[in-house]
Amino acid sequence: MQWESWSAFWSMGGAAPFVWGSYAVTLLLVALELVLVLRRRRDTVRRLIRLRRVTAPDRDERRASKEMFE
Amino acid sequence: MKTANFDDRIKRSKSLLRFAAPQMFYPLAGTFAPWCLAVAAVLTVLGLWIGFFVAPTDAQQGDVYRVIFIHVPAAWMSMFIYLVMAFWAAVGLVLNTRLSFMMAQALAPTGAMFCFVALWTGALWGRPTWGTYWVWDARLTSQLLLLFLYLGYIALTQAIDDARRADRAGAIIALVGAVNVPIIYFSVQWWNTLHQGASVSLTRAPSMASAMLWGMLVMALAAWAYTFAVVFWRVRSLILERERHTEWVGAELAAHEGRA
Amino acid sequence: MLGPFFAVMRRDLLLAWRGRADVLVTLAFFVIVVCLFPFGVGAETNQLRAIAPGVLWVAALLSTLLSLHRLFAQDHADGTLEQLLLSPEPTALWVLAKIAAHWIVTGLPLVLVAPGLALLFDVGQGVLGVLTLSLALGSPILALLGAVGAALTLGLRGGGVLLALLVLPLFVPVLIFGAGAVDSELGGTGAAAHLLLLGGGLLGAIALAPFACAAALRIAME
Repeated sequence: MQWESWSAFWSMGGAAPFVWGSYAVTLLLVALELVLVLRRRRDTVRRLIRLRRVTAPDRDERRASKEMFE
Repeated sequence: MKTANFDDRIKRSKSLLRFAAPQMFYPLAGTFAPWCLAVAAVLTVLGLWIGFFVAPTDAQQGDVYRVIFIHVPAAWMSMFIYLVMAFWAAVGLVLNTRLSFMMAQALAPTGAMFCFVALWTGALWGRPTWGTYWVWDARLTSQLLLLFLYLGYIALTQAIDDARRADRAGAIIALVGAVNVPIIYFSVQWWNTLHQGASVSLTRAPSMASAMLWGMLVMALAAWAYTFAVVFWRVRSLILERERHTEWVGAELAAHEGRA
Repeated sequence: MLGPFFAVMRRDLLLAWRGRADVLVTLAFFVIVVCLFPFGVGAETNQLRAIAPGVLWVAALLSTLLSLHRLFAQDHADGTLEQLLLSPEPTALWVLAKIAAHWIVTGLPLVLVAPGLALLFDVGQGVLGVLTLSLALGSPILALLGAVGAALTLGLRGGGVLLALLVLPLFVPVLIFGAGAVDSELGGTGAAAHLLLLGGGLLGAIALAPFACAAALRIAME
């Protein structure tokens, strides 16, 4: 173990703003990217499903009626 | 039905190349992405534990050097991702495969993110060690220009509505950038030696404790795994978007609707 | 083989001559940007002398950027570009002709005016030749690289800003060697190395840029 106490750990030998500043911004950016990527996925799926509802019903009906006749 | 035949043929194919088809790659990426993210999380915890609790305090720099565990992997990734991007762009232009363009576009934001992280952590590391946030050193300046190249690529692909044109125009600028990266690096190095003479030397590598090296390598692997996860997720959205008129996307969406 | 090259070049030069005002605007922009710097950094002679090469080069770079969108925009608007792409002549050839004409119209005047402007910055007369030569070798590279960007952003909304973002990072090596040539001549080490590198860069750009530009145009017009 390198540190005598937790306060020694957090102060990083006096370089706390630099070390924690680096890690905090990196963590923030990584978290932001993950949120954006997952939200984009959700939005894409939702939008395409809506798009399908608008354009697809007549296709489904046509298929249904075709099956009835066959 | 020609398309159905094609779908069947691809599904039955045993060749690895079948994953170049978006409908084969889509589920593969979906399976791998969460695992990659889990691996990234485990490796990050391990790497940070080595970095903060095993690696000793540096004799010259004190504890500031602990920024290295994100700085160096981020710098590596930012450069490597650009090369991979240029590679996919070239593959796309030569072989005319849609998926490679999508891969290039999915890679760019993550590359830009790592590029920014490398610059930011470098500045915060530089302040206590050299007494300044920024020097116009060859590496720093090239990294900054790399960020501009990423932003240019992203801006260009976003500005073009037509997917086909966006793919190809982006690929060309990615390749032009890749040709220029070494030229930029050497020109900046040349300029730097003329202007600054013997300024701070960043190449002086103090003998590194093996724990430091291990921490850095583990964090680099974590960055790899993270990149895979994020890029797979992003490319899945892109595939759905681009292939929305195909039957398999219709089925995929129907499955989603059923679950919702 | 060179027939279409000169035909396209002659046509572009003629068109530029008919619209002389546009050309003068670029030149005026260059002069004004250069003249702004003393107001910003102060009129101390030593300082002006030190920044002169950089100022002239950055101003040349910005005026090149300003005129780039005109390279293909008009031909794109009136359909000439499509006709040229359909013609059997090799695309890279007439693209190179267009770029050459564009440089003669927008780049060459800057090269000719630069020594005069350098005198305003009290640059020693001994380095004026090197300055002019560096601009003469470097500004065609800017035009060639810029042409690729102009072709890629052809007809896009916000094309101008996008073009700047795409092209400016690529201009950095030219800027470094161009301004560096004058600096090293002033410093007494001689500008030969810089000028040779610029010349090599120019040859490389002439060899590669027209093809990238032709590919970009084809993509844009599909």
